[in-house]
Formats: sequence, C-alpha cells, structure tokens
Amino acid sequence: MENGTVSAVYGLFADPAAAQAAVEALRAVGVSTADITIISSEPFEHHEFSHRDKRTWMFWIAGVGGAVGLTVGYWLTRMTELAWPLPTGGMPIVALWPNLVIIFELTMLFAVLSTVVTLLVTAQLPRRRPRLYDPAVSEGRILVGLEDPRVPMDALARALTVRGGQLKTIP
Amino acid sequence: MTDATDRKITDDLLRPLQTTSAGFWMLVAFLGAIVAAGLGTWAYQMYRGFGVSGIRWPIFWAFYVTNFVFWIGISHAGTLISAILRLVNAGWRRPVTRCAEAITVFALMIGAMFPIIHLGRPWLFFWLIPYPNQRGIWPNFRSPLVWDFFAISTYLTGSVLFLFLPMIPDLALVRDRTTGWRQRVYGGLALGWRGTTKQWHRLESAMQIMAIAILPVAISVHTIVSFDFSMAPVPMWHSTIFGPYFVAGAIFSGIAALIIAMAVLRKTLHLEEYLHPVHFENLGKLLLLMSLLWTYFVFAERLTVWYGNEASEMAVFRVTQRGSFAPLYWTMVVCNFVIPFPLLALRRTRTIAGCVFAACSVLVGMWLERFLIIVPSLGHKYLPYSWGVYRPRPVEIMITISTFAAMALLYVLFAKLVPIISVWELKVGAQPVAAKEHEEVHALWRTEP
Repeated sequence: MENGTVSAVYGLFADPAAAQAAVEALRAVGVSTADITIISSEPFEHHEFSHRDKRTWMFWIAGVGGAVGLTVGYWLTRMTELAWPLPTGGMPIVALWPNLVIIFELTMLFAVLSTVVTLLVTAQLPRRRPRLYDPAVSEGRILVGLEDPRVPMDALARALTVRGGQLKTIP
Repeated sequence: MTDATDRKITDDLLRPLQTTSAGFWMLVAFLGAIVAAGLGTWAYQMYRGFGVSGIRWPIFWAFYVTNFVFWIGISHAGTLISAILRLVNAGWRRPVTRCAEAITVFALMIGAMFPIIHLGRPWLFFWLIPYPNQRGIWPNFRSPLVWDFFAISTYLTGSVLFLFLPMIPDLALVRDRTTGWRQRVYGGLALGWRGTTKQWHRLESAMQIMAIAILPVAISVHTIVSFDFSMAPVPMWHSTIFGPYFVAGAIFSGIAALIIAMAVLRKTLHLEEYLHPVHFENLGKLLLLMSLLWTYFVFAERLTVWYGNEASEMAVFRVTQRGSFAPLYWTMVVCNFVIPFPLLALRRTRTIAGCVFAACSVLVGMWLERFLIIVPSLGHKYLPYSWGVYRPRPVEIMITISTFAAMALLYVLFAKLVPIISVWELKVGAQPVAAKEHEEVHALWRTEP
C-alpha cells in the first residue's frame, strides 16, 4: 500500500504493554513521538506512553480566572452600591464584610469556569468527526496510530502489528 | 486487567441503559404523578395566594424554608464527599462518586426551587439577578438572601460541571455502543471525546482543580444558608456557631441520603459486585462521625443559651425542650443520635441494612431539626404580642411530598440514561498496576475495598 492513499494508519492492541511495544517500534522506524496518537477507553498512568502531554498551564489559568472573578466581584458590588446608595442597618454604603461573600463566590465561579474552558480548548472539545478513531476503543482496545504517515507503509505495518496488533488504515 | 474483566464491567454498568422493564415505567409514572400533583398544587397556591398555606404572621418561614435548608443540606452529600475522596485518592471512592455527585445536582435544583415557591410573585424571582435595568436599581448585596443566590448558583454550576466532566468518557462509550438517534444524542453529549493521552491528562487536571475549588464553595453554601438565620435578631438564631453547625448538619444528612441511594441502586440495578459492604461500612463510619459532631454542636448551642438565661431565648428553649415542640425535638434527638450511634458504632450492626436504617432515621431527624430551628423561634420573638402558632396546610404538605418524589424521579431517570457508576474509573481501579494503591487503601482502612 502506498503512503499517498491513506490519511491515517493505526493498530489496535489488546493490552497496554502491547501498545507500549508498538509505540517503541514506531519510534524505531523513525516516527517522532509527537506524531504518534494513542487512544484508549481508560488512562494508563503506569505506562510510559501515557506520560506525554502532561505539562499544562491549567492550574495557573484557574488562578488567573479566580483573580478575574475577584476583581469582577469587587467591581460589581462597589459599583452597584454607589450607583444606588441604600443605607442599610447603619452599614457603610460600600460594606466590605458582606461584599466579601459575593466576591468569594465570583472568585470561585470564575476559577471553575476558566478551568473548564481550558479543558475544552486544550483537549480540543467539542470535536465533530475526529479522523483518527475506532469504536473498538470502547471495547477495550488501545489504538496506536498516526495521521498523514511519511514513513514507508511497510515499516509502519511491521511496527503496528507487533504483539498481535490489528492493522487498519483510513483512506 | 483482562479483556473479560473489562467487558464485564462495561456490560454490567451499561445494562440499565440498554434494557427497560415495565417496572421502570410504572415507577416513573407513579413518581411523575406525584410531581405533577405537586406542580398543580403550586399553581393553585399562585392562583389563590398564600392564604391557602399555613404561613401567617409572625411565622412567614415554615415548611418551604425548612425544605429549602433540608435539600441544600442533602446536596452536600455528593460533591463534597466526592471531592474529598478524589483529593485523598481513596480507591474505594470509584463506585461511589457519581452516585453522590448526582444527588448534589438534583438536591440543589430542588432546594433552589423553594425560595421561588416561597415568593408571593414567583415570576419576578429574576430580580435577584444583578443585571443592568432601566430603573438603575441593583440587588442589595448586604442582604443574605442575595448571598444565597450567588452561593447556590456557583455551587450548582460547579456541581453540574463536576458531575459532567468525568461523565464524558462514559458518554463516548455509550455513543460507540448505540445506534440511530441514541448515538447522535450521546455523541453530542460526549463532545467528540476520543480518549487521547492528552485528553485524559487534561480531564484529570481539571477534576483535580475542580475538587479543590468545589470544597470551599460547598462549605460556603451552607454557611450562607445559615447566615439567612444568624444575621437576623431572632431568638436562638443570632449565633456565631450557626455556620459550622449548619455545615455539619448538611454533611450529616447528605451522607445519609447517599447511603440510601446507593442501597437502592445496589438492589434494583444488581450492582452487588461494585457496591460492596465495605462502601457502606466506610460511609457508615463517616455518618457516625457526623452524628457525634452534630450532637456536640447541639449540646454547645443549647448549653450556651441555657447558661445565658436571656428571657426571649429561654422562651424558645423551653417550648422546644418541654413545651408544644418537645415531641418533635426529642424525636429529632432520637433519630439523629440515639438510633444511629449504637447502630453505626458496633461493627456487628454496621451492615448495609444497619447503615440504611440509621440513614433513614437521620433524614427524618435532620428534616425535623431544620423545622425546629425555624418555626419555634419565629413563633416566640422578643415581645409576646408577636408570638404565634403554625400549622401546615395540605398545600405545603403536598408540595413537600412532591419534592421527595421529584428527587426520586430525577435519580431514576439519571440512572436510566447515564452509567450510575463511572465505568472508566472502575476500570482504572481494576488495572493490575493498581495493586500498590490497593495495598495503601487496605492499610489505611484495614478492609477490602
């Protein structure tokens, strides 16, 4: 099979050890780690192939989101209290103690929302029809593959059939 | 994990989604009829006005606010417990978390309805929302009722996301196993999830952050609900311990609700292989701890009032200890301490049946506790001319009953549409490499997870 006729090639593996072997075989034939896609129905924290892509700014972005929420909360309470001054129970017009409740809630709300937005953006969700996917993943198979392969198909086929891998291609 | 184990977990947990018995439809029809009756009763109250309820001067907060506090308390079962167990990486949490998180979302939705039901003109509830309007009037942020709106909105948003995010991989699983319109619906909900290593890492990071963020929010919500009372100069309300007292009570009733829900799911969906006796035993220990904490708070509050001997507070104290509310008060003590304490303290009785019995008792006791905080105090304010009695009318009783049916209905439908136990988390727990974690859990709990 010629490389030009397939847009993606992958192997389906029964267990994570076989998937790990396939990843190593792909690297051995010259495929870079960044080009290899691994898809599974559960995370496999104890295998090397799942250790990539771990670095994330999500924690910092959540912090920034919280800071924005804090600022919005402070602005909202102060601005609205000054817009319509309403003396209440001898409290000052801009009463920080009760306003802290609103500020806290908005801080946490913005932190949560910024976390979710970061998740959706970095995990590329929602996504309509992913090119490289196989429903067999939901049956417990682990997909190891790559899109737009540049390495000769013969070498890829050998790498993706190690330890009982089932080779598949997407035209 | 072998292929067979993997397939068995998936098949067992997706079975309720794929088969529907006649009993399911009968149950939905029964619960739906009660909910419809409740909605009809609410419409009747709106049409006729509050005169059809038992709410009269001086007791304007009665069944509805009791239900509001009770359901917000129940909501503390899920997200809070789930977040704590996620953060400490307790292995036994895996079958429990989604059951718990669903309780939070539905209880919050029901609880948040009550301030609206309690409004004379409920269609104007949106005036609580701070939005620019032509009159230039904004909500008064110094009012604890406005704090409720912000706290409950934040907690509901966070809880829905906390429930939904780890559900995405399971929705993708269902998508791949269904056809036709079901596949399209689950496909849409799964957001095109594939399960790449990057997606798994991002999901786990997000859940970690959410667990950290949701804990203080959960605590703040019930503290703010307690502020509705403690910010008011009403006898026995203006107390500094109301915040932690309410939070402890909320977690107490929340755990009780979780135990009951898990027991019902275990029996009806045949999840005996996933919801083990040890899950009930561990939750039973937590329930025991909260029972003791609740008793401590009640004792501290009562002793302080008694020692202060302030006339208006003693009037409320006496009416609850020896007066017309005494039967309810002592029933509450029996339900929240006398029954659950021996049942949960003794290993022999800390069985599934024992835990469920104790949990049912706690739910009754905690509803009574909310009622006894509200009604006796409002009926015995500072001056005797403002004393009064409250008797619930059929309208309030019907609406109260219908909320329990609504909770059951939402839970039944959820368990029918979504795997009630997280499939992928259970599979992770079954991975052979998790043996080390298994040992750690075993050492920590000295029981088989």
